[in-house]
Formats: sequence, structure tokens, C-alpha cells
Amino acid sequence: MSLLSSFKSLRLEGVSRDFGVVNALRDLTLEIKRGEFIALLGPSGCGKSTALNCIAGLLPTTRGQIMLDDKRIDTLPTEDRGFGMVFQNYALFPHMTVRANVGFGLKMRGVSKAEAAPRVEQAIRTVRLDTQAHKLPGHLSGGQQQRVAIARAIAIDPPLVLMDEPLSNLDAKLRLEMRQEIRRIHQSLGCITIYVTHDQDEALSLADRIVVLRDGTIRQVGAPEDLYARPAHLDVAEFMGFRTRIAGRVQAKDGNRVQLAVSGTTLDGVVQEALTGDAAIAAIRPDDLVPVAPDAHGIDGVVEAIEYRGRDFFGQARTKGGDELFFRSEQRLAPGASVRLGAEPHRVLVYPGA
Amino acid sequence: MADAIPLRARLAAKGLDGVTLLVLPAAALLLALFLYPFGYGLWLSFRPKDGSLLGNYARFFSDPFLYDTIFTTLALAVPVTIVNLLFAVPVAFRVRLMRHQRLLTTILVLPITLGTVLVAEGMLNYFGPQGWFTRALVSTGLFNASSIKLVHNYWGVFLSLLITGFPFTFLLTLSYVTGIDPGLEQAAATLGARAAERFRHVFLPLLVPGLAITFCLSFVQAYSVFPSAVLLGAPAGPTRVISIAAYQAAFEEYDYSLASAIAMIMGAVQLVVVVAVLALRNLFYRGPAAGAKG
Repeated sequence: MSLLSSFKSLRLEGVSRDFGVVNALRDLTLEIKRGEFIALLGPSGCGKSTALNCIAGLLPTTRGQIMLDDKRIDTLPTEDRGFGMVFQNYALFPHMTVRANVGFGLKMRGVSKAEAAPRVEQAIRTVRLDTQAHKLPGHLSGGQQQRVAIARAIAIDPPLVLMDEPLSNLDAKLRLEMRQEIRRIHQSLGCITIYVTHDQDEALSLADRIVVLRDGTIRQVGAPEDLYARPAHLDVAEFMGFRTRIAGRVQAKDGNRVQLAVSGTTLDGVVQEALTGDAAIAAIRPDDLVPVAPDAHGIDGVVEAIEYRGRDFFGQARTKGGDELFFRSEQRLAPGASVRLGAEPHRVLVYPGA
Repeated sequence: MADAIPLRARLAAKGLDGVTLLVLPAAALLLALFLYPFGYGLWLSFRPKDGSLLGNYARFFSDPFLYDTIFTTLALAVPVTIVNLLFAVPVAFRVRLMRHQRLLTTILVLPITLGTVLVAEGMLNYFGPQGWFTRALVSTGLFNASSIKLVHNYWGVFLSLLITGFPFTFLLTLSYVTGIDPGLEQAAATLGARAAERFRHVFLPLLVPGLAITFCLSFVQAYSVFPSAVLLGAPAGPTRVISIAAYQAAFEEYDYSLASAIAMIMGAVQLVVVVAVLALRNLFYRGPAAGAKG
């Protein structure tokens, strides 16, 4: 409540969490400013939910500190942190109406009924559930339940809202709608939102900054544009949709630009992570790899599958050497046909190879 | 008619097919071993020795030696059931979080397999005047031997019902407790609810329907107490439970008609309590105890 008006930032300082001998989270260090929307992105098991639960206080940390400005909070029990949390399965109280669910946090804080009522109504209006406020959660659709969960989390005016894959149980259309809704609510509150997801589209569209986690460690932190265009490591690139990966050897190097020898031809690209030897891997997004004229420079492959996407086609081909190529095509190519694929050099990212 | 739907298909549409026949043995058994004896007992209870229709019931409710057994039994069964529930809920809450849940559950359930008579014998030795428990208490110097009387009275039966009834109550309670989505507690915690508030506002309302069922089943079990009331109690006085009255009518007076009437009264009392508890349950939320979809 009063925290919201005063706090400036949340700092994670070397936050770690071990489960037995497994390091689920290693040295998570991050400063988040008030008003920021942070996405923790990574495949399942990367430690993103562990991080969220540590911040919420649902899991004790093994090492490190969590600071809200100068106040250490990782030693506080969950109920004293005052963060709003939206759970993956919503965790609505099934025996309480929407209104009682949303008002629960205020009631627990001892806010008087007269003072709480308008705040509850405000939270319910924010998620546009005015007409459903008297219902039990069991009588609401998945999307509506999701909104109740959000309203319940924001009704206490938390300095921090934590969301654990809140959209993963919704269908695709609702997911898009709720995504905008969440962004809108975040902007109207001016708090910090930490959003856990394994869906890079969600992270890219929602977050001010994305934290990519893998095996419990931070791989890259950056604005969506940075991550999308310049993933720092190959695994981040894979996660960001650079599906084509071709192993090659460095043939020529000029500053950041390199030429790789790959399956009988050459490929020009930009080094993203310092190369340690001769071996390198080129990563290309399907949208940047397109069929070129048979006499142009490119990689040859045989089409294996082609998929209609509406505006264009998404194709899958394989080189003689066995590398898989994922590309975009204006035409429907027949499976089994030969194709020569090319990409702009600055769209080809080069990482150290094995 | 050529296009008539075959009888077999029509029956199957109504849920009658070959598989339905598998119900028959159980139905026959139920009929022979439960419904018929019950009906016969009910009929018998209206055929007293004096020839009137309600003679047995009139006799039961005019003789305090008989009708008091209703309250004697209630005075045992209700407190025992409540105490059992009060013990079972916290233990279930703890066990729910344990990793070696099965081991502890096995230990707690063991008394069920022992049977009431064995427990009674054990208790006679343990709690009796020369038992370890009594002697240990006396050796502390705080009690004298004559003030400790834990067998052959109300408390003997009370303790034995507690011991034999707890595993059952506990197992039922545990199944209801573990049926509650642990996410609800976490959600309540993030909203600022302390442990006691989480229990009161989240767990308890969701548990009440299950606890009501547990109460009913445990109560019915305790109300039909017989062996321990005889072995550990004072069957002539303070623990003259209703089943003893029925037993005496049947096998000491050889008045099967009166015994049947007492059995019917016993069933009616249990039914009244169960219906009352279930009616109270309807005042609470009774939906799923998980966070709905997801």
C-alpha cells in the first residue's frame, strides 16, 4: 500500500536455490526498476518458476538476498511481503464469490469493509468483470477465472505482481486478448510485474526486459528487440526462433563478419559470441531463409515438408550433409524438390561450434 | 416389423446389457443378507410377546433402564467422534506435507487390523491397576493408585473407541485434506493470510463437507460399540450401551422381538444424527476443493 508510492526498485542479489544437490537457481542477480515489466523466459526446468516462488516467499532461498529498496525481504514470510501473485491454475478460492476472492487480501490486511468495497469494485472493473462479481469461480470460464486471479492479485495494490505462466491454460484467441489486458493493467498500476513464461512470443510482446534462463542461470538479459535480433548465445537463439542451425568451419574473418564453409558452399554471417576455434554454428530464422534463383549463391537442400501459413509457406528441407533447414517460401514447393536457400549476411548469426 | 430396433439394442440404450447381469450376485447377496433380515427384524419388532403392535416400543420408552442406553451410548459416541476428528485434522495436515507419508499412514492404520477385542485386552494390561501406565503415573508420586481408574468405567471404553476409531477417522480426513489444492494455501499466503487465517478462511470451509461425512461414519461406528463396552467398561451401569441392551434382550431374556425393536431404535438414532449432520453440511460450500479448471 504505502510501499507502492515509495519504492524504487527490486534487487535480486545472487539468489540461489538448491533442491538437494540440484541447483535449480544459481546466482540470480538483477535490478528491476519500478514500472518495469520483466519476463522470465526459458524452457521447462530452467528455474524460472523457482525464481518466482523465491521472490514470492513460497520457496526459501538457499543463498543470496532479495531487496526492495533497502529493505531485505527474502527473510520475510510470504504473508508479510505483500506481493500479488497470479498462479498458473489461478488458485481461486472455490467457496468464495468473485467479490470475496478479490477482497480477500484487503480483508486479511484488516482494511475496513467500507474502505475495501470501492477498492474491490475498482479491481473488478479493471479486469472487466463487473457483471460476474456475485458468482462463484466454478461458474466462470477459464478466461474469466484468469481475470479474477489478476484482480485478486492487484486489489492489494502490491508493489510487485508475480505471474506464473498465467495464460498457459487458455486457448489461443483468449491468450492474445489476455496478453493485451495484462499489459494494459500493468501500465495502469505502475508496479513491477514479473512474468514467467516459456512462450517467447508472450515475453516479446509483453515485457520491457526479458531474462532468459537456462539450467538455473541467466543466459541473457535485454529488451525484446535486442533478444530478438541479437541473441547472445546459441541456446538463446534457438529459443528466440532461430530454428535453422548449420555447422561449419570459419574460412575468412573480417572484424565481426565471417565466412563459413558449410555443406559444399559458403555462408556469410555475423559473429554473436566470440569464436573459440575453427568450428562455428550459423543460426537463421525461418523468415530470413528464402529460396533464391538456382544460379545465385545459397545452400542446396531437398524439401521435406511444406506448411501453409496464410501469407506464405513454411518449409523444411535437408542438406546433403543432413543439416535441417527451416525457411519461408512464397510458393508451395513440392516435397522432394530441390531448393537453393539464401539469407542476408546480417541475418545469419554465428556462434562457436562444438 | 423388419425395421424394428432389436430388443437387445433397446435394452442396452436404457443401460441394461450383459454387463448389468454382473450386478445380480451382489444384489442377491444384499437382498438375502441385509434387506430381508432388516425387513424381518422390523416386522418382528412389531410382534411383541404381549401381542400388541407397539408393545416393545412402549416398554423400551417407559423403562429408564432401557431408554437411558440411548443417551449412554450418545454420551460415548459423540465425544469420541469429536475428539477423534480434533486429533485427526492436525495430524492429517502434517502428514499431507510429509515425504514418507505411506510409512506413517501404515503405522497409524495398524490398529484397524488388530480388532477391538485385541485392543481391549491390551488396554486392560496397559491401563489396568497393575499396568505399566498406571504404575508409571504412580511412580511419579503425583497420583495415588486409587485415583487412577482407566478401565472398567466410561474412560476405558472412551479410550478404546478413540484408539480403534482414530485410524479410520484419520484416513478419511487425510483423503479430504489432500484433496484441497495446495495452491489455494499459497494464494492465501501471498494475499497476507497467516497460518491460522488460511486454515479458518480457506481450508476449514472446504473441509467441512468432508468432515461431516467423516463424523457420520465414525459416529455410526462408535455408536454400535459392543465388545469394548463389555470388556473395558462397566456394562451394568455407566457403559450400558444400547447394543448391550439388545444383546441382553435377545440372549438373556430370549425376547427376539424386543431385541429387534431395540436394534430398530438404535438404527433410528443413528439415522437422526446422520441426517442432522448432513443437513448442516448443506449450509456450506460443497463444490470441488481445487482451484476449478487448470
